[in-house]
Amino acid sequence: MNKIARFDWYSMLLFLALVSVGLLNIYSAAYNVDNVGLANTIVQKQFISLLIGGGFIFILQFIDVKFFERYASIIYVISLASLAGLWLFGSKISGAQSWYAIGGFSLQPSEFAKVAAALAVAKHLGSFNTKIQRSKDYLVAFILIGIPAVLVLLQPDPGTALILLSLFLVLHAEGLPNFFILVLLSASLLFVLTLLIGVSWVYVLITLSLIMYLTSQKKRKRKTLFFKAFLIALISIGFTYSVSYIFEEVFEQRHRDRFNILLGKEVDSQGIGYNINQSQIAIGSGRFSGKGYLQGTQTKGGFVPEQQTDYIFTTIGEEWGFMGTITIITLFILLMLRILHVAYKQKSTFSRVFCLGFVCTLFIHVTVNIGMVVGLIPTIGIPLPFISYGGSSLLAFCLFLGIYLRMEYQRTL
Amino acid sequence: MRTHFFSFLIFSFGLILIFRLFSLQIVSEEYNDLSLKNSVLKQHIYPERGYVFDRHGNLLVSNQPMYDLMVVPANVKTFDTLDLCNILRLDSEDLKKRLLKARKYSIRAPSVLLGQISKQDYAVLQEKMWKFPGLYIKRKSVRAYQTDVAANVLGYISEVNYFDLENDAYYQKGELIGKQGIEKTYENELRGFKGVHYLQRDKFNRIIGPYKDGALDTLPTPSQDITLTIDIALQEYGTQLLANKRGGIIAIEPSTGEILMSVSTPSYAPEILVGRERSANFNELKQDTLNRLLFDRSLQGQYAPGSPFKVLNALVALEEGVIQPNTKFTCYSGHYYARNQFMACMCKPGTVNNLNRGIHNSCNTYFSNVYRRIIDNDNNPQENLNTWNKHLKSFGLGDFLGYDHPVGQAGYVPSSNFYNLWYPNQRWRGSTIVSNAIGQGEILMTPIQLANVAATIANRGFYYRPHFAKEIQNGSIDLRYKTKQYTSISKEHFNPVVEGMANVVKKGTARIAAIPGFEVCGKTGTIENFTKINGVRTQLTDHSMFIAFAPKDDPKIALAVIVENGYWGGRWAAPIASLVIEKYLKGEVKRKWLERRMMKGSLVDEYAKVTSNKPFTINE
Repeated sequence: MNKIARFDWYSMLLFLALVSVGLLNIYSAAYNVDNVGLANTIVQKQFISLLIGGGFIFILQFIDVKFFERYASIIYVISLASLAGLWLFGSKISGAQSWYAIGGFSLQPSEFAKVAAALAVAKHLGSFNTKIQRSKDYLVAFILIGIPAVLVLLQPDPGTALILLSLFLVLHAEGLPNFFILVLLSASLLFVLTLLIGVSWVYVLITLSLIMYLTSQKKRKRKTLFFKAFLIALISIGFTYSVSYIFEEVFEQRHRDRFNILLGKEVDSQGIGYNINQSQIAIGSGRFSGKGYLQGTQTKGGFVPEQQTDYIFTTIGEEWGFMGTITIITLFILLMLRILHVAYKQKSTFSRVFCLGFVCTLFIHVTVNIGMVVGLIPTIGIPLPFISYGGSSLLAFCLFLGIYLRMEYQRTL
Repeated sequence: MRTHFFSFLIFSFGLILIFRLFSLQIVSEEYNDLSLKNSVLKQHIYPERGYVFDRHGNLLVSNQPMYDLMVVPANVKTFDTLDLCNILRLDSEDLKKRLLKARKYSIRAPSVLLGQISKQDYAVLQEKMWKFPGLYIKRKSVRAYQTDVAANVLGYISEVNYFDLENDAYYQKGELIGKQGIEKTYENELRGFKGVHYLQRDKFNRIIGPYKDGALDTLPTPSQDITLTIDIALQEYGTQLLANKRGGIIAIEPSTGEILMSVSTPSYAPEILVGRERSANFNELKQDTLNRLLFDRSLQGQYAPGSPFKVLNALVALEEGVIQPNTKFTCYSGHYYARNQFMACMCKPGTVNNLNRGIHNSCNTYFSNVYRRIIDNDNNPQENLNTWNKHLKSFGLGDFLGYDHPVGQAGYVPSSNFYNLWYPNQRWRGSTIVSNAIGQGEILMTPIQLANVAATIANRGFYYRPHFAKEIQNGSIDLRYKTKQYTSISKEHFNPVVEGMANVVKKGTARIAAIPGFEVCGKTGTIENFTKINGVRTQLTDHSMFIAFAPKDDPKIALAVIVENGYWGGRWAAPIASLVIEKYLKGEVKRKWLERRMMKGSLVDEYAKVTSNKPFTINE
């Protein structure tokens, strides 16, 4: 097989399709009667980022995978340093200190931390004496994920922190004990319940389930089970309390509002619910085939905020309709399945885990972003991969893609 | 390793998202409506309403700018509110309330601060506009009248009401519609057809450009100007002649059916129904139930026709062959038409009248005999009355005549069935209903029907439907106004009647109507009439009526004049008709003394009797 044919053109084509859709829709979303030049400027900037990203992908094809495996730790440390450095040199944009301003461009190191964390986790799991089922090993993995997540959370940028934490799913796929996913699920359940029905009722529920559980067991077993069950109940109560505490005391009102609107506890289409209401109107009014390119009334009227970045999907929904949205989702699903397919064909654990990290990051980005604009998930500010306006995000995903393509290329060597 | 974990996640969440998008974009209609509501503005472009001209091309109705003071609250900065209040005669509380209301509606979209500012206020305001940031002036178009008369013909326009909106999907709230007169009949022509302009709004309610690049927009169809058959000089002259009298004059050109004038007094100046005072003025007009300013006496007034009706009976009798022009009856200052039932007449006792003398002396005895011959012929009153009815209907009696004005009354011509209800077992005959002979019975006619009868006699047997529109720009008037309507009376029977009418003016009851150089034909009428005062049927002073046409052999004008409670035909109606004819045929009036007497003459005291609550005498 010659070199060109071995290259994963399939993924490359999906990538090109997605970025083209991105450029088209960024232009439409940024199109503004007050400032006609703005759309051109923004598309030019995004195009430059795309050229740089393309350059990265090209260069990465000539770098051996072993290089990444060897230097993963160093990349990881540099990334952590860049995150920490934000405290000193970062500039604040819309409330979060997560940017380095370099010339006319601004860089967001947390985007690149996603790649670095994926590399670090891959290297950790890939080393020959690591077994994810062992507590020592999974604790190290947790720490590797946790440090950048905490640094990002402190900026504060909870959205990106959530993305980093999602690498936990990769650990699960790699065989992390079931205990953790159970804890995660019950924690999520408790979290939602606490917000929905209040702390006291959750306490009542926990106590009731504890009693019911114990009474259902045989008498002689009760004694041994009691302490274990009681401990779980206590932890649950503690968790519930802290959820409520964080929600009421640590969160700001805007965060609370986001959850409340989603849970249907508050309805206010003009005030705090404006974003989500407008984005649903834009998408919903696209109907089957959309209003046509540059014809979206909501998009042109500027009704949807942040439209070229986090809410870019509303432009697609309005101007291309259901046909457009389903096409984009299909493109993403095809790309993710392709990467997944490639991941499990990799010979080395390092490559496999890195590819899974890529899939995982993509998956969370797409699900959370689209889930947010269609009103299924609370407002969490993360971009739609390859499509949203924003150089750092695009470059980070280009790095992911570049390394992934090299891995697949090298596998068939 | 859990190799299917991610595939499971990707498929399940992918399905959830697709399902959600399906329900959002395909199933739910709601978002599309919301989107159109908040981002698309439908704006109408109205063509300027058409002009109205008189038959000689004089402009009667045009348009004038009216000004709305608009406000964009976001752009308002502190300004001298007192100054603005002074110019517009508002108090500052009111202004504050209006500003708040506008702010509540939208902070960036314009709303009306004060509507319908006159030209005068606008002139003052315009010079000071720089002092009031955030305010601006929007021009709109309302009617402008170049005449003080003819309000009853021109009608008026007003904002559409609930029923207009229900009846015609074309209209939307706040738009204008012709409500009365020509404005109503020719609404479609005068209005044109509005165009639509779809505009795109942004989140601040600002207009940011055309929607879909104007693909859905439509251009307005221009309105059409209308030339009326009215001669405005004649209309003005007629209005002056009827000053301080209740009545109507309606004149028709016999050779075309064109209505030359249609006066109803008292009336109002059309311009009072324009501008900020419109609704106050309109209520005032509507509430005046004594003068009935909105009531068109020429078209809607139903009167017993009185003596002019005699000429119709003569025509029917001639057609039915029950009399000849030389048939004679003797009058004894009246006659007994039944036992102890005497009908008086102005003739000297023993006067022998033929048809010609019967008409110009207006002999009641003569026409009672004629009428009884019509009805009692062959002892068959049932059939004969219906024949009589049929002949009268061919003159347009008991019918709206089909003219192009929205108001009118049909009048009434009785048939046999009518009397069969009154008199059981068909026990009635000519003498029972002899009042009809002299136009006093159950017959009701409007002045326009009387004028039309005059025109028909002038034409010797046919008429054109009377109408107000002479020309429509880029269009033509209805064909039915161009078609001759023949009566059921043969042409040869008209000449004896016309001769009789000529003698009315030459040596009969209306000698005052004679105009040197022209042969005028006419017939006077003196009409008994009654009203109810506090529930008691009370007779009032007789109406003065006159129908005429001239010149006799080449008729140019036919008309009917009624002056309510004017005592007798020759007193008011005949001189007024004669002055109108003179003015129309000669262009100017030589008989200034008569003109003065008519213009100065007032019947205000006569009308005051009814409301005086005191006993009064009539016909004095």
